[in-house]
Amino acid sequence: MSAFQVFLKEHADGDLLAWEHQLEASRRFGLTIAETEEAILGNGLLPARYQRNRQTISLSGQQELFRSQVAVIGCGGLGGYIIEELARLGVGRIIAIDPDVFEEHNLNRQLFSSPANLGQAKVEAALTRINEINPAVTLVPVQAAFSPENGAELLFGSQVVVDALDTIQVRIELADVCRSMNVPLVHGAIGGWYGHVTTQFPDDDTLQTIYRSWKSGKGVEQSLGNPSFTPALVASLEVAEVCKLLLGQGTPLRGRQLMIDLFSMEMHVINIQGGNRETA
Amino acid sequence: MKVTVKLFASFRTGRFDIETVDYPAGTTVADVADRLELPQSELGIMLVNSRHVKAGHVLIEGDTLALFPLLGGG
Repeated sequence: MSAFQVFLKEHADGDLLAWEHQLEASRRFGLTIAETEEAILGNGLLPARYQRNRQTISLSGQQELFRSQVAVIGCGGLGGYIIEELARLGVGRIIAIDPDVFEEHNLNRQLFSSPANLGQAKVEAALTRINEINPAVTLVPVQAAFSPENGAELLFGSQVVVDALDTIQVRIELADVCRSMNVPLVHGAIGGWYGHVTTQFPDDDTLQTIYRSWKSGKGVEQSLGNPSFTPALVASLEVAEVCKLLLGQGTPLRGRQLMIDLFSMEMHVINIQGGNRETA
Repeated sequence: MKVTVKLFASFRTGRFDIETVDYPAGTTVADVADRLELPQSELGIMLVNSRHVKAGHVLIEGDTLALFPLLGGG
């Protein structure tokens, strides 16, 4: 038994290791917090921060999440909540991509925005926040706009890509890059009281179908705006999809689109491929 | 011919949730949208009897048309 394993055995409470001991192990053995987390999970222990994940996520599932990389395209309304939830869930590596800085009109809904960081890059604010809430997670900030030209480089190594963009054109380009890279894409879009979510698998042309009528410009969000609760909800639904994809469990929204109407409080699932499962 | 029209999300505002309407033969999905003053640029998912169609799709007696607005915000 190594000195590290002896330390774990001496400090574990059942199969949990408290944060203070994780920090101490990191100091004593010259490891990063992330390396310590990997080693704790690898020795069959659970960092105590994840104890309420249990039953929903097994210890091996927690290890799987920690070894995963997820790319989040957009760090605004959807992206902020998505990154927060992925980090608290314990996804080990998050690539956060957004070219923008915070502006005042973001403050009504964008989780990482505050009066104090107006003008700051959204990805920098994301990094600060994630280092605060879960230092075991590595967030890679990329202050750039996603495009077909840089897409393959930005998405390289990610098991799942999450769409938190705010233009339809770039969403369609992202979906095409994901298909060519053989990586699943969790898609969400919002406007006013309304939103939708679906998951595109690499063999599917889901976003092409959803946006087949689109010609140019924005959707109804341009006139409806975006209140605080719609991005929070749609982001959470997207993260649930990511979690299932990473764990290989549950039933994702493949070939199905969840339509959300918070004004009427109705949700409908429609079949994207045009079959008979539509319930609307 | 009678067509059942279901509207969703912001399309309901000032209109209706579901209505059965008498249209002349040859009416297309785009014609229905025009009569309801739904801008073509806002049309998202369009389903006829649960199948995805485009705006030029010609409706027939007994069809159920569902219209969702285009959403792209994030």
